Amino acid sequence: MIDPLQRPSPEYTDWSRENRLFEIRREAQEKGRVLTPGVRPPGAPFPVASPETGYYGIPLLKQAPWTWEIPTYFFVGGATGSAAMIGAAARWTGRDLELARDCRYVAAVGAIVSSALLIGDLGRPARFLAMLRVFKRQSPMSVGAWTLFGFGTFSTAAALAEWVNGRFDSAPVRIAGNVAEALSALLGLPLASYTGVLIGASVVPVWNHSVETLPIHFGMTGLNSAVSILELMGHHSRALSMLGMGASTVEILEGAHIEGRKNPVLEPLKRGTSGFLTRLGGALSGPVPLALRLTAAFTTGRRARKLCRIAAACSIAGSMLTRIGWLRAGQASVKDARLPLQI
Amino acid sequence: MSATVTGFLTDSTLCIGCKACEVACKEWNGLSADGLNWTGNSYDNTGSVSYGTWRHVKFVEGQPKPGLGGNAAQHFSWEFSSDVCKHCEVAGCLEVCPTGAIVRTEFGGVFIQPDVCNGCGYCTVSCPFGVVQRDPDDGRAFKCTFCYDRQKVGLQPACAQACPTESIKFGPLARLQVDAKERMKELRSRGMHDAQLYDPQDSSVEGIHALFIVRGDPRQYNLPPKPEVPTIYQKAGWRGAAVAAGILAIGSILAFLGSPKQ
Repeated sequence: MIDPLQRPSPEYTDWSRENRLFEIRREAQEKGRVLTPGVRPPGAPFPVASPETGYYGIPLLKQAPWTWEIPTYFFVGGATGSAAMIGAAARWTGRDLELARDCRYVAAVGAIVSSALLIGDLGRPARFLAMLRVFKRQSPMSVGAWTLFGFGTFSTAAALAEWVNGRFDSAPVRIAGNVAEALSALLGLPLASYTGVLIGASVVPVWNHSVETLPIHFGMTGLNSAVSILELMGHHSRALSMLGMGASTVEILEGAHIEGRKNPVLEPLKRGTSGFLTRLGGALSGPVPLALRLTAAFTTGRRARKLCRIAAACSIAGSMLTRIGWLRAGQASVKDARLPLQI
Repeated sequence: MSATVTGFLTDSTLCIGCKACEVACKEWNGLSADGLNWTGNSYDNTGSVSYGTWRHVKFVEGQPKPGLGGNAAQHFSWEFSSDVCKHCEVAGCLEVCPTGAIVRTEFGGVFIQPDVCNGCGYCTVSCPFGVVQRDPDDGRAFKCTFCYDRQKVGLQPACAQACPTESIKFGPLARLQVDAKERMKELRSRGMHDAQLYDPQDSSVEGIHALFIVRGDPRQYNLPPKPEVPTIYQKAGWRGAAVAAGILAIGSILAFLGSPKQ
């Protein structure tokens, strides 16, 4: 009997091929399978197409082709849409006109960055124009593209009016600016949360099983990051703190809801990299900033400001991580060949 | 829109796994090769339909039984089935395409107009059959065109034309539906009781224009038992978005009303 682990005689020169065989053998022994295409040594599982495995375990669904631009856009869109609403509320109630001014700039910059990110994903600027050929109510992508287009137009107009008004006080410009601001706030509302509908109404199992709560989840993390950006810009007020705490509270409820649901489809939210990211994102946008903001409310002076700023940084990171996590959860969900086949 | 609605009937009981449909499709449509990768999954070297593979022959290999005669015909099965875009009655990709690039042709097929598609990729996550895919080099989405160009001039699609065993039948959809039922009866009468017609009419897809006759559970061919058009989730989604918008709008106004002037 030949010992399979015995090295060949010294005359044998093709060592690379022989070593490769040892490698394959080791991999098969250790992992029970060899992932190199076409190589199936004895002992490794035979590829199977069956009602239990689907077609050789090859995923039926296709991966979303989106790269880093899309989660970043989800983050920026969520934050700026909320910022527009916060600014309008600050102006309408007359409580904080400086904040309202900065919100106009945040909204305009966010709209421009959002468009740049989407164009980056599409590849060429002209391709974005194809989105404006038609309006389709049954397509969240179409609704979103038009919302962003309108939001961009009105928020940029509002910011321009603010800039002009700062130099020459003119009543028509002020009125036009206020109208544009109101319209951008109105469109900011869907902009902040439509991305949840966008991915929720898809064939990706983990997304469509969360379609009711995803828009709320994205909307609240968006609100939290908008508050945080404004705080980091130097605006500290009770209203902003309260908004941040409210958003964090809803996030805690959302997190408890996700953790409480026992469904194998939701595995990617609880395991692996995607599970780690969504949980970390949830912690950083829910309990952590809430605790910090509550502590800040009972402290005074520079320490309170510092706590607020840490809470703000956490919320921004949490909002971004949440979106990266959810997109990765979608990838993990698509990789599971059993889900769409109901195995 | 006076043309007849056409369809495919892909009968895997007649398929010999020659991949002539794959080659014909690639040649007619000028699609790039998939490379010489060997998946190790029976004789399949493509894996699935993709942006550059619009016909894909699946090789469903039963497990050989250990022992003498384990590979005998009565113990072993080896089925082939040529997969293709299903051209759904209610097509997810068509419903949600934001540019209107995806249209329904006068032959009832689902067609992506390449000059309009902007490559947003939303059709990819809206196809319950995993057919549409974005070409990473080109940036636009591609899938089976149902040989719209050939149908326009009265020719049948390239795959059906090239199929040597008439495993891929092409014709008016209504007639193919009748043919499929008759073929099923015939197969049953010959004792092939595991043959099944795959046409998910009781799901939100409401039927497909590319019917399949397969042997055994359709799931081993990656044919989902209940494909759903993702538009059915939108109502719940927009309800959530309305709640989010409500919290955001009312919350921010109340927050400012409840705090002192800065």
